[in-house]
Amino acid sequence: MAAREISLNLKIWRQENQGKKGTFENYRLEKINSNMSFLEMIDVLNEKLTREGREPVAFDHDCREGICGMCGAVVDGIAHGPEKATTLCQLHMRHFRDGQTLTIEPFRARAFPIIRDLVVDRSAFDRIIQAGGFISVNTGSAPDANAIPVAQTKAELAMDAAACIGCGACVAACPNASAMLFVGAKISQLALLPQGGPEREKRALSMVRAMDREGFGNCSNERECEAVCPKSISIRNIARLNREFVRASLFSDENE
Amino acid sequence: MKLDPKIPDGPLAEKWDRCRFANRLVNPANKRKYEILVVGTGLAGASAAATLGELGYNVKSFCIQDSPRRAHSIAAQGGINAAKNYQNDGDSIFRLFYDTIKGGDFRAREANVYRLAQVSNNIIDQCVAQGVPFAREYGGTLANRSFGGAQVSRTFYARGQTGQQLLFGAYSALMRQVAAGKVTIFPRREMMDLVLIDGQARGIVCRNLVTGELERYCGHAVVLATGGYGNAYFLSTNAMASNVTAAWRAYKKGAGFANPSFVQIHPTCIPVHGDYQSKLTLMSESLRNDGRVWVPKKKGDNRPPQDIPEEDRDYYLERKYPSFGNLVPRDVASRNAKEVCDQGKGVGETGLAVYLDFRDAINRDGLDVILRKYGNLFHMYEKITAQDPSVQPMMIYPAVHYTMGGLWVDYNLMSTIPGLFVLGEANFSDHGANRLGASALMQGLADGYFIVPYTIGNYLAEAGSGPLTVDHDAYSESEREVGRRLEALLANRTAGKKGLRTVADFHRRLGQILWDYCGMARNREGLEKALSLIPALREEFWDRVTVPGSGQELNQSLERAGRVADFMEFAEILVQDALARGESCGCHLREESQTEENEALRDDEHYSHVSVWAYSGEGKPAQMHKEPLVFENVRPSQRSYK
Ligand SMILES: Cc1cc2nc3c(=O)[nH]c(=O)nc-3n(C[C@H](O)[C@H](O)[C@H](O)COP(=O)(O)OP(=O)(O)OC[C@H]3O[C@@H](n4cnc5c(N)ncnc54)[C@H](O)[C@@H]3O)c2cc1C
Ligand code: SF4
Ligand code: FES
Repeated sequence: MAAREISLNLKIWRQENQGKKGTFENYRLEKINSNMSFLEMIDVLNEKLTREGREPVAFDHDCREGICGMCGAVVDGIAHGPEKATTLCQLHMRHFRDGQTLTIEPFRARAFPIIRDLVVDRSAFDRIIQAGGFISVNTGSAPDANAIPVAQTKAELAMDAAACIGCGACVAACPNASAMLFVGAKISQLALLPQGGPEREKRALSMVRAMDREGFGNCSNERECEAVCPKSISIRNIARLNREFVRASLFSDENE
Repeated sequence: MKLDPKIPDGPLAEKWDRCRFANRLVNPANKRKYEILVVGTGLAGASAAATLGELGYNVKSFCIQDSPRRAHSIAAQGGINAAKNYQNDGDSIFRLFYDTIKGGDFRAREANVYRLAQVSNNIIDQCVAQGVPFAREYGGTLANRSFGGAQVSRTFYARGQTGQQLLFGAYSALMRQVAAGKVTIFPRREMMDLVLIDGQARGIVCRNLVTGELERYCGHAVVLATGGYGNAYFLSTNAMASNVTAAWRAYKKGAGFANPSFVQIHPTCIPVHGDYQSKLTLMSESLRNDGRVWVPKKKGDNRPPQDIPEEDRDYYLERKYPSFGNLVPRDVASRNAKEVCDQGKGVGETGLAVYLDFRDAINRDGLDVILRKYGNLFHMYEKITAQDPSVQPMMIYPAVHYTMGGLWVDYNLMSTIPGLFVLGEANFSDHGANRLGASALMQGLADGYFIVPYTIGNYLAEAGSGPLTVDHDAYSESEREVGRRLEALLANRTAGKKGLRTVADFHRRLGQILWDYCGMARNREGLEKALSLIPALREEFWDRVTVPGSGQELNQSLERAGRVADFMEFAEILVQDALARGESCGCHLREESQTEENEALRDDEHYSHVSVWAYSGEGKPAQMHKEPLVFENVRPSQRSYK
């Protein structure tokens, strides 16, 4: 854990609220310990700003373990920063050079309005899940857990997809601001499991419609989403979503 | 304060059935006339809100984060227990009950813990039906592992992300009820106060964290599922927003606070490495199945670990506890780590760390096998520390992890305030003085899916579905009080005072006091010292804290300041409770109460009770009440791991 100390020039997006116009502001930080996480580096900046009587930078975060999906910002053009498969909270300063300039801005997408500084409104994701990202089973009506065996390989694939933390980096990285990776992950998880079977067609149609309604763009196979996804969600899930959608459009009696 | 635990009559195994039968029911057609407020969307809150919606109640659900899916429950790694006995290894409801109550060092109610074990099986069924991708065997059946030293394999898991997957299950059920129009969600809201009308919980005042506005919500009952208070210690494994505010506000409105000093300190966390550090990261306890814990025998031996020969290493757990070795329970492992570090044998830059070494396991089983088991943990460790545990031993140190104490509830999960129900980590009910691994997830979901949906009906049937309004003086009064506190937090800076300090400064100092004097090992002198330091720090806080910005906007400094202000008040009853409990039990060692071999000594004669603290007015000392614990089905034994 041999630590270095580095200095940084930060260009950070400041915006008071959704209605106001935002701009980049410059800050300089000295003696940043290279063992710090990226968010701890922003904590240090915020402590400094507070002591100087200035306004700290607002940013979302909670678990700081890479699992809650709350954090996220675009660092030098890359959602969640330069480390592969890493959320912003798990990115450490040892990956940066002394004297480096970093540009930090919020996830940008039509469906994610900026609330303040780096904080954006991702409630569109909740509304997509409300459209069908669930299995309709009331509490108490479940059969014994081992009544329906699930092949291990299927369960593992479902788990791969279920690992999505709903951070929205995929949307921020996509030139079309598409949410296909997020939606594909949920559809895949539930389509791979027998429990998801009964509502399969309805789910695919309804979640895709909700995604369009929320103002997310289309997928044109840029693969940017997969490249930034902190949980390495594979674009195979998008292919599966497309298959599910076509299948549902052809076979669903809902489609009349 | 009247403490009637309302434990149903009859044999242990029939109590829950009898309770359900005796409960009044709300007619299905009448359920829609009731409004229920559920604060918190972790496993406990999300499962409760979803199930209450399914039953037909109108539910409003609140959380601090931008989405219910992000509650702190998401961070749980290891797994969830259930008495399914799928492995045919002798598990049963009674065994799970016994292990849990014994694990809690006989400081929990028999009836509650038994019910927990009973409904554990329903939880697994429910989660699988929701699409939770638990680990499976080749044949397609569910896989289990043994966890936290249990002698049976009863833990269900989804890789190292069990909490996440269970929460997504509950969240999806919640979203389904939102779509059905039965639940409305209010994210980015912080409950600032509980509103009582005629002595009953009837509403809450929240701060809208985006606009800063105070908002009023009313309901026929209020359910708190707001999690634990480990962040009182500043550094903990909890998420940054975890707090005591909601519970503390309820306490100040008359809810009893039970066993606040029961705090679990987890032995395997990544050690503190700098004063900029904002939180501690847990490394799953499963690592102790293969890792060996050691320190150098000589003080100040700063050779790299791989250069320290076998004869200069002290595998202190294996030496002191030959039959359990590295698998001793959490409290024993934590205390021993502290002890060797206090002796000056700790490793790493700060000397506050011990090694957890996989060298022998890798030599025995091969790196492949070890990576298959712990690859994701090794990876996470390396990401944070830049060291590879397959080459160099991990460094670990104990950290605050879970709080067994919480608001007092009866068997129906109702607090001492009628109409206020408390679930999950926020209540005190099931874990006694020490929580076993994989049992918090079980309790949160038991409370939310299977217990409160029944017991709340009994209360509502009696309280009735009369009209509700937020146009009541109680709301205005509460709003004024909340507003006054927020202004006071902002006032120092507005007044242009000099020599101000940040919220984080104060929080860090509070945490240090609690950690030093009310951590794993406690004694009267230290606790009394803490009781003089805390009020002084609190005074300084109100006098010297600087909070930028205003109350009418998104202001994260103000949010944090409010939470720290409540920790400052709460810390005092935490320490008082520790002082009043003159015995060692569960997670803590009371230095005055130990055996000749320096092991923890429980004192059933004097302390076989729940300590419940009652608010008695600003500036007045809290009053302690006792709920005696009665054991009819198990005999409290002293734990021994020698
Ligand atoms: C790193 C880690 C690993 C763990 N691993 C395991 C494990 O493997 N197995 C196990 O059984 N347990 C584990 N635990 C413990 C377990 O995760 C928690 O005890 C449990 O998830 C708590 O759930 P909860 O629903 O009670 O509260 P939480 O999940 O903490 O949820 C609290 C909710 O309340 C809301 N809230 C809080 N205050 C307010 C307020 N004032 N106003 C409005 N909303 C508010 C929050 O927004 C959140 O939605 C682990 C804990 C940690 C920290
Ligand atoms: S798919 Fe990946 S990038 Fe997109 S929301 Fe999920 S975890 Fe984030
Ligand atoms: S803060 Fe939770 S994922 Fe980064």
